[in-house]
Amino acid sequence: MSVIEAKKSEEYREEIEAILAKYEGDGFALIEILHEAQELIGYLPKDVQKIVADNLNMAPTTVSSVISFYNYFSDTPKGEYQVALCKGTACYVKGAKEIIEKIEDRYGIASGETTEDGKLSLEVVRCLGACGLSPVMTVNGKAHGLLNPEKAVTIIDKYLNREMEEV
Amino acid sequence: MAKDKVNIYIDDQELEVDADSTVLEAAQAIGKNIPNLCYLKEKNVIGACRVCLVEIENTGKLAAACITPVSEGLKIQTNNKRVRDTRKMNLEFLLSNHDVECPSCLSNDDCDLRKIAEDLGIREIRFEGKKSSFKKDYSTPSIIRDPEKCILCRRCENICKEVQSVEAISTDGRGFDTVVNTTFFANLMESTCVMCGQCTLVCPTGALTEREYIDDVWDLLSDPDKHVVVQTAPAVRVALSEAFGKQAGAICTGEMVAALRKLGFDKVYDTNFTADLTILEEGTELINRINNNEKLPLFTSCSPGWIKFIEQYYPDYLEHVSSCKSPQQMFGALANSYYIEKEGIEKEDLAVVSIMPCTAKKYEAQREEMKGDVDYVLTTRELARMIKQAGLDLNDLGSEDFDLLMGSSTGAGAIFGSTGGVMEAALRTAYDLITGEELKEIDFESIRGFEGIKKAAVNIDGLEVKVAVAHGLANARKIFELIKNGEQFHFVEFMTCPGGCLGGGGQPLAASEEVLQKRMDAIYEIDKKKEYRKSHENPYIQKLYEEYLDEPGSEKAHQLLHTKYIKRGI
Repeated sequence: MSVIEAKKSEEYREEIEAILAKYEGDGFALIEILHEAQELIGYLPKDVQKIVADNLNMAPTTVSSVISFYNYFSDTPKGEYQVALCKGTACYVKGAKEIIEKIEDRYGIASGETTEDGKLSLEVVRCLGACGLSPVMTVNGKAHGLLNPEKAVTIIDKYLNREMEEV
Repeated sequence: MAKDKVNIYIDDQELEVDADSTVLEAAQAIGKNIPNLCYLKEKNVIGACRVCLVEIENTGKLAAACITPVSEGLKIQTNNKRVRDTRKMNLEFLLSNHDVECPSCLSNDDCDLRKIAEDLGIREIRFEGKKSSFKKDYSTPSIIRDPEKCILCRRCENICKEVQSVEAISTDGRGFDTVVNTTFFANLMESTCVMCGQCTLVCPTGALTEREYIDDVWDLLSDPDKHVVVQTAPAVRVALSEAFGKQAGAICTGEMVAALRKLGFDKVYDTNFTADLTILEEGTELINRINNNEKLPLFTSCSPGWIKFIEQYYPDYLEHVSSCKSPQQMFGALANSYYIEKEGIEKEDLAVVSIMPCTAKKYEAQREEMKGDVDYVLTTRELARMIKQAGLDLNDLGSEDFDLLMGSSTGAGAIFGSTGGVMEAALRTAYDLITGEELKEIDFESIRGFEGIKKAAVNIDGLEVKVAVAHGLANARKIFELIKNGEQFHFVEFMTCPGGCLGGGGQPLAASEEVLQKRMDAIYEIDKKKEYRKSHENPYIQKLYEEYLDEPGSEKAHQLLHTKYIKRGI
């Protein structure tokens, strides 16, 4: 377990225990608990999974199995800037694949990964529901549309250089 | 009230069947063989593989027979063209993402997938596409995971969860990326896996197999400088012949010994001998604990999967576990001391090989505390392969006897291979040692059989000795519940695998309950026919104590035959 993770769960321990207390060890509440824990921390570190598993009297394998099934859950820390790039049908036909390749190439991360400095993470998602803006991505929830590979990385660079305001 | 019986039609044949049965069960009851891969009676009924499809005439739909309940008037076709073609197509889909390397696959001879492909007449795989890419897991000395051969049937996952309550492996990911692996843990070695190998018994492909050490043992046997002794566990001799076409329950002790000699082992010895020895050491420990008011109940320590289990899940109870090494490790320790001293063999020239019904024994032999006493452990399956590799057929070999010094055993040693056997053997000896009288009624029927938890109370010299027996680790958990709820026992036997060693993870595959029952009957048959049926009556055990160990529980015995455990947690 990395030092960062250990610190995280210690830092949040009380709040996680408060979440667990609400559900009184009910195994059927696993998904709700994971949901709340991830809202709190931003992702689900291993030792948090273990705390949840112990509390629900479950094998840690079962907990991580559930996490792995749902795209929403993540067991790796997210970057300061989270890019969600749409690969729905409209975005796909308008060149989302090339944009993904450009981002992967420039920042050295694949979908689901975070840069080593913790600044940027990439998630390739299904339709964002903004097909009129396709190809489209969101950065920390803010939409940027009508992209091409060059435009996408220019926008991301601006965030990284703090030249772009967050919403 | 719901009806008990319903009328259905299978391939136009009218039948009355139990209302709570499935189409698959109803078909099997009339001898219809519907192919299936993921189905495992009562253990894995999830309709995952789609190979058992049948046509429901009432709706015109195809449905998986294993999960389709029967209902009044249901009409089923099990073998029309549509059913056959669709089953075939589904199997081709499975094969299109299967690492097909049958000739070199360890499961070649045991593979359900390969057999069903033949049964359905697969002659080409029409679908080509991306294949999953996963690393093999070589982290343990016991089990190899090869997810590229996995067809996601989930048998292993459910056996691990329901029978063993260990949940070392689980489904990870979704869609094309789905893989059965250790999810939370980096690999099998770091996981909660107890190495029992029950998953290798149910895996329908080569995705979960034992780690083979056959070539290493061949190397030992062809090295002229090595003196190689072999020991054979009690449950091997009642299952080995299944791999040579014999009915389950055929006893092949003599043929097995003959085969081992032909393979080139210098001495063929018996783990039953050190099973007898275990009884003397463990029985003495029990008597001492009772007399000195020490920690009770005493837990048995022969089953290495159980040991890892308690180290992980109940570390606070480790003081209850007998300090006795398992019979395999006692043998290893004695081979490296008593035997070589007696025979004048240099320690570095000696090699010890075990034939075990067990994958966890491979792990046990590698445990830091005992490493080096047993060099290689082969499963029953591996021994069968080795005999075949040597061009031998077990059925053609005459019967031979074990070598003497560490090859003599009693009926009590023999029944170690069955659930309840260690307890029964211990009671036979404890009674005699405590009372100084000879126990006449030595068959303890109440702790025999397949009941998950068995209990008995035996009056020994005025003391009501309460014992319990559990097999399958999910049942072990139940014993802890009983103890936590205040139930008192003096002695509890735990076996990792259902049925005990006879149902071990290293035994021939496809063992139904009927097969396990026959193996069990065979073990008690061996016991019955033995000249001596109590461990302390074994003349070679008596000789061992006289010449070498002094007495049970002596300092020398402790140094060689006892061990320590590790508080692991999860």
